[in-house]
Formats: sequence, structure tokens, C-alpha cells
Amino acid sequence: MALLEIVNMSKRFGGLHALTDVSLAVERGQVHALIGPNGAGKTTLFNCISGLYRPDQGTIRFRGKDITRTPAHRIPKMGIARTFQNLELFRNATVLDNIMLGRYLHKTNGIFSELLFLPGVRRQEVAARGKVEAIIDFLDLQSYRDQVIAHLPFGIQKCVELARALALDPEVMLLDEPAAGLNPEEARDLCFWIEDIREAFNITIILVEHDMGVVNEVSKQVTVLDFGTVIAEGSPDEVQSHPAVIRAYLGEEDGTAPSP
Amino acid sequence: MKFKLKRTYEEDLKIFQYGSELARAGVGVLFLTVLPLFAGNYWIYNLTLAGIYSIAALGLNLLAGFTGLISLGHAAFFAVGAYTVGYMTSTLHISFWLALPAAGAAAAVVGFIVGLPALRLTGIYLAIATLCFAFIIEQVILEFPEITGGVNGLILQRPSLGSWQLNSDASYYFLVLLMVMLFVWLTKNITRTPFGRALVALRDSEVAARTTGVFPAKVKSQVFALSAFYTGIAGGLFAPLVNFVSLDNFTIMLSINLIAMIIVGGLGSIQGSIYGAVFISLLTEFIRMGKDILPAFISQQVGFQGAVYGLVIMLFILFEPSGIYGRYRKIKYFCEVFPLYRKDTFRRERKFQKAQRTR
Repeated sequence: MALLEIVNMSKRFGGLHALTDVSLAVERGQVHALIGPNGAGKTTLFNCISGLYRPDQGTIRFRGKDITRTPAHRIPKMGIARTFQNLELFRNATVLDNIMLGRYLHKTNGIFSELLFLPGVRRQEVAARGKVEAIIDFLDLQSYRDQVIAHLPFGIQKCVELARALALDPEVMLLDEPAAGLNPEEARDLCFWIEDIREAFNITIILVEHDMGVVNEVSKQVTVLDFGTVIAEGSPDEVQSHPAVIRAYLGEEDGTAPSP
Repeated sequence: MKFKLKRTYEEDLKIFQYGSELARAGVGVLFLTVLPLFAGNYWIYNLTLAGIYSIAALGLNLLAGFTGLISLGHAAFFAVGAYTVGYMTSTLHISFWLALPAAGAAAAVVGFIVGLPALRLTGIYLAIATLCFAFIIEQVILEFPEITGGVNGLILQRPSLGSWQLNSDASYYFLVLLMVMLFVWLTKNITRTPFGRALVALRDSEVAARTTGVFPAKVKSQVFALSAFYTGIAGGLFAPLVNFVSLDNFTIMLSINLIAMIIVGGLGSIQGSIYGAVFISLLTEFIRMGKDILPAFISQQVGFQGAVYGLVIMLFILFEPSGIYGRYRKIKYFCEVFPLYRKDTFRRERKFQKAQRTR
């Protein structure tokens, strides 16, 4: 059984059909890439999975459990973490605090024990810090630990977002264009990290990406979306030679624009 | 430049990271402890008042500074706390030491209810909603004269500890000083635990907070109740200090004063709340003194005090948005790196805050 399964999902915004009858199955331990031209509905798909949008039709199953109507704040607890295309970081907090928030859902202390800073709170804080430091080491963020996000370069901010998602200890990570805005060197680092995250942390990754270099490098399975529907599926090589994909990206051979 | 090698994560959880910080706080507390020996009753009374406002300002700062939810209704929580203590000690003859926590609890319950609209409202709309709520509470207080004394108010005694009545200004001053220290400690605990991080997360990006497992509705109602609790305790301490509870003390002016305190002191800063509360409380006294010096056609104007407050808030927002605490940090940094301070050091921070102002 697939780890994450999307069955016939549709999402409309008024007259705009963002997703129509999309079905997708992600196997455990894979890096599954999601590509498609701008406006194809890739981020909408992510928002539906992470509970920020409610799909109009269809079901999302995670480990066989229906999570279609699960509110957004419970999704991470089930084991799904995500990053954002346009960075949603806590800009006035330090790198460390940002990543520490990733451990929020693992806390078991109530507000009263936190107010009094009981020994249990201290113990969990130290344990959380240990986990976070391991992630900081893994992503080479040591020198930025105490800096405020707003002052950091874009590439580092992306990295912090990745770190925060990792700190949740998820089973599945949704990465929304992780390589966008990175220079070639950073993009290469990212490829290694994605490999490592999959292997060392045993995390399944779903990836929205425009950089085909990165996609070819890391993923075995690619799904292509266009105008909210799946037009092709398969290995990176297969989809790149698929006529529907070429049509979606480059248009018809006679020079007309692709029809929806 | 100070540098301390930390070897365990425990060390990062300490309240005082450096020995010098501990020493400074110790000297501060020592100074405040011996102050009643030198200062006259008038100043001790005003400092007590400043201490009470500090607790309320800490509560408001949790809400406005850390979570980014503005409230113009904090005078109402203050009133709920004061009336609870007033009613319980003067009418029901219950000990002040039980009435004070009850005041906090009552305010927390009211705060929780007021917080419900806050789950959907932000910014100016939340300010309006909380402002309206303050007026509602005012009317409710007038509607139940058998409990609240209506327009006449309640008269109550200072509390006693065993057989010792805290009648002198100095004794009550020590009680408030202890309470301020307790609440500073509680607030510090919040800022170094996941709950405090969740507050900042909700302020900076609610979407990201949700996708990391923060339930905004729960955390926001919790922080509203907590903020009201602080303010309720402040109100409960205020009532015995002035021996009298009446609506005149809890007007919208008090809400605005509290907002002024945290803006002047520094939004999202614990020390700032205290500095701001002391500054604004003493400013009231200075305005009163200034009235004697200034020519009558200025000092006798209606709303002279409000105008000075407004001016102070405006000047701070324009020139030092991070408040007294921010200025303190800059001066401290200047001394630490002495010949190497660059004018640019805080430029980005300043620019960022100016850009945030319009939000």
C-alpha cells in the first residue's frame, strides 16, 4: 500500500479549476517529484495535503487513514511536514528558535508547568535542543544559530525552513520548490541533503521543483501536472520524452499554444 | 566584548546568561529594597503604583508584543481584578491572600471570553472589539450596585499578614516588589518554553505556525486568558493600595496608558515592560509638577496630560520603535565594543521596524 494516496481530488476557486480529478500514490522511501508549468496546481496540491485548503472532492489517505478533513495543525502530528515556496519563517526570531518550534508538537507539558518551568519542562527543552543541534550540524547552520532570520541571506533562510520541517520528525516531507532562488552550488548541496534525508532519516519526500537538474538527480518517480490534471507519470527520462509533457511546456509543433 | 563558552544546553536555559547580568539584577533589587529608607512616602507610593502597572504591562506585552494581538480593553481586566478583591475582602470578609488569586482567575475567565472574537480578528478590528468590551464591562459594573457599589464604589482595607497590617506605604511597596519579581520570572519562563515560541510564531506567520503543529485558536485563547490574569492580579493589588475601588480608575485612559507603557518600554521585551511602566507612571507625576511651572494657558488646557502622552508615544514610534529597552541595548553594545561601534550596526533592524509599522 502506498504511504500517501490521493484519489480523484478536485479543488476549485470559483470558476478556476485548480485541480481536477488528481490521483497520486507515493511509495514509502521515495523521492517523488511533482513538476508542471506555472499555475498547474502543484502548490494547491500541497496546500490540500497539509490541510490549509479543503479539497472539494476526493480523498487523501496517509498510511491508509483518511486525512482529507484533518485540520492543518494536526497534519504535522500525523507525520507530514512541509516547507513553503515563499518562505514562511518567524522573521523576528533567531534561527535556533525557528527550528526549536519544530519540536513544539512533541512537547507534553501544559501551560502551567511551562509557567513554573517545572523540571519536566527543562528536561524536554534540553532533549529538544539536542535534536535541533543534530539538525543544525546536518545542514551546516552552526554559524547562524543565534542570528535573527530577517538579517540572513535567502539561501540560508531556505535552509532554516528545511531544518524546521526536519525537526518535526516527519515521515513525509513536502518540499515546495526547495531549489528556487539558490545558486548552483547551494542547489547541489540541496541534492545531497535530499538524498541524506531520505536515507539517514528514512523520510519520504514529495518535491515540487522547476529545476530539472535537481529532479533528475534525486527522484525516481515524477508526476507532471498541467492545468490541474495529471498528464504524465514515470521516471524522469520517461516523462521528459512524453509527448503531452513536451506539449505542455513547449506548445504544439505547429506553433499554437497548448489548449487547456 | 563578552564571550562565554557554553558547554551544556542547560546553560542556555539560565535566566542570567552572564555573571554580570545577575550582579546587575541583584544591585537593582537591593537598591529597590533599601529605597524606602531614603525616599519619602510620596515617591514610594508612586513606585508601588508603577510596580502594579508593570505587572499589567507585562501581561499586555505578552498579548501585544509577543503574540501581536492588540487590546484596548485591558482597563476592564484591571477593573475585574480590583472589584473582585474589593467585593471579597470588604463585603464577604475573605482574606486578601485568597482574594488576590481569585481576582486573577476571574480576570482570566473574562479574558478567555473576550479572546474568542480574537480568534478571527486582528489589528485595528481587534482593538475596536476589545474597546467595546471595556465599555460593556463598565455598564455591567454599574448595573450591579449590590456587588460593585455602583457609582459609589467600594471601600476596603489594606491586607494583613497574620497580625501585621500592611498599612504603611513601605510594607505594601515590598509586597508589590515581590509580586513584580514573581511575574517577571513567570514571563521569563514563558519566553524560554515552547509556548512562548508559539506566541512569536503566531505573530510572525500564522500559516507556518499551523503547519508546525500550533493550534492558533487554543494558543490565542490561552494567551488572552493569561494576559488578563496578569492584569487582574495588578488590579487586585491596586484596590487595597488606594483603599477604594471606583469606575473612575478604570477608564479608557488606563488602557491607553498600558499601551503607551509597552510601546515606550519596548514591544516584546520583559525589561521594557518594566521600564515603560515606571517611565509612564512617573511621567504622570512630572506632568503634574510641570503644570505648576508652565503658564496657565497651557497647563490649564483640557487634555493636557493626554497630549503629552500622545507626544511621547509618537516620538518613540518615530525615533526609537524598539523602545527604552532597545535604546538600552544599543548603549550597552556601544560600551562593549567601544571604539568599534558603527552607526550602521542597528540600521537593518531599524529599517525593518519602520517597514513593519505600517502593518
